[in-house]
Amino acid sequence: MSDMWTTKLRNKWQKNLPIEKLLPDDQPAYVASWIYVFGVLTLSALGVIIFSGIILAFEGPAWYHTSGAGKFVNSLHFWSVQLFFVFMVIHLWGKFWMAAWRGNRLATWVTGAVAFIASIATAFTGYLVQTNFDSQWISFEAKDGFNSVGVGAWFTVTNLGQMLLLHVAFLPLILGAITVVHVLMVRKRGVVPPIDAEPISLSEAKR
Amino acid sequence: MSVNKELKHEFDAAPWKGKTKRYDFIKEGVIALVFVMVLTIGLSVLMGSPDEKPLTFKGWAVSNSDNFYVTAVQELAGTSGTATYGAPYNKASDGLNIGPLWLQKWVGVTRPIDSVNDFVINPLSTQVLSSDIASALATWNAAADAQKQAWATAYDDAITKVEGKLSSVPAGAYGPVPALAKGLTDMAKAGALDAALLSQGGFFQTDNTKQILFFGDGAYLDDAGTAANLQGGTWGMMNETGRYPGQAWLWLYSFWYQIPPFNNEESKPIGANADAYIMALMGVLSLGLILIPVIPGVKSLPYKIPIHRGIWRQYYEAQGIKRRKK
Ligand code: HEM
Repeated sequence: MSDMWTTKLRNKWQKNLPIEKLLPDDQPAYVASWIYVFGVLTLSALGVIIFSGIILAFEGPAWYHTSGAGKFVNSLHFWSVQLFFVFMVIHLWGKFWMAAWRGNRLATWVTGAVAFIASIATAFTGYLVQTNFDSQWISFEAKDGFNSVGVGAWFTVTNLGQMLLLHVAFLPLILGAITVVHVLMVRKRGVVPPIDAEPISLSEAKR
Repeated sequence: MSVNKELKHEFDAAPWKGKTKRYDFIKEGVIALVFVMVLTIGLSVLMGSPDEKPLTFKGWAVSNSDNFYVTAVQELAGTSGTATYGAPYNKASDGLNIGPLWLQKWVGVTRPIDSVNDFVINPLSTQVLSSDIASALATWNAAADAQKQAWATAYDDAITKVEGKLSSVPAGAYGPVPALAKGLTDMAKAGALDAALLSQGGFFQTDNTKQILFFGDGAYLDDAGTAANLQGGTWGMMNETGRYPGQAWLWLYSFWYQIPPFNNEESKPIGANADAYIMALMGVLSLGLILIPVIPGVKSLPYKIPIHRGIWRQYYEAQGIKRRKK
């Protein structure tokens, strides 16, 4: 039995991320700071972005130019993105000053940083698909940067169809997947202990 | 790793064996979500969101018809920004480079644009034209390439010589070029050019590249960008139209455009190739962000500047943990 791929995967998952780790009801005593809230706030803002984005997608890209309700949902989408970035940047700085990559948490930091970059790409394509003056301007200006390093040969910021598809399908999918992995990694490893939390005997042990 | 570093690492990596406390994740998450929703709704109700109407070719040709006309001539003569751009639109220039790396040229022409036909002749050909413009178009179509080029260049040069003052252009061997430019200006004024540039005779269209590039060749878009504070040289990359926040997270990218040598097009090699250098620089810096935990110096900053003492103050105080010098 245990040579089955399915069994192997299940056993590995059980060992690394049992439900008690995924959804614990207690945390180490040091998890007591406002900074810990910003990961969850970032996640919440992402939820609001996705929800408002789905409504916008159902009504089509021209809706918000002509409808009051559309404009309101567009505003929800716009402001949740602004909040998302504020929360994420505070989260990033927090994790930096906590050196939260300690104790095998390098991959948590890396997935977070990649999520940051993926968020910038997603937001950028969002500005391009506003189908208003701002997106005309941004696409004309931004093409030079991408063209200058050859990327513009395929990533065509002036191509509304391409940008729309990347913005509503490909990029959110990537960002969503990285975010899930990021959060699962945090749960798997547990929240990093404070700097200098180890017993003095450990920190002063010499070779 | 020295022994104490190894032991510390093991301690940080091991499951926490010390004191714990009750912690309700789901409750925290729900409260955070409600908080963000209320904040988002509040901002949306109070502030709305930016939505400045797109500019049109009609608006350009009506408000500044001379500039539109001159741009049309440049498209025919091959002197416009698009016509002289290089890859990925055409082979008119080598594009930018980073030292020996001519990435722009190497990837080649993947989005071909022929400014003469795509911007002027094809759109005009879709219209029912007055007889003088129809005959100008017929003359153009029947002429040899060298002849077309000679007409358009002569007219473009003549306009440049009088600094764009169309009424002062002397008579010359311009062939059908003035009539074609006039025809395109009239077409734009009537509002017919936007759609013709997009569709290029087809039905489904999702690619606005030709419209955007033609638009940027004139002064209309640029003036509007300046008026809206969106120019790259003045941090415009981070701005939105109106009183809204833009992509503030592009501040570092935008920053480089404000300082020498990047902001000086005359300075070689970096200023003249600023777009490419800044792209590459941001690529390296992004990689740097990802790799902070392994970059010597940077990774030790959190130990040197003890912000963590504030973050975990409660715990440090409860446990009586003093700061340990590295
Ligand atoms: C899509 C954006 C992001 C989301 C939704 C997100 C979400 C979270 C959540 C919910 C946590 C656990 C709670 C907490 O400690 O705050 C966490 C932890 C963490 N995040 Fe993020 N994060 C994002 C981006 C980032 C970025 C940009 C970085 C840094 C480059 C980062 C680095 C970390 C690290 C190192 C931890 C582990 C902290 C620990 O073990 O104590 N995250 N993240």
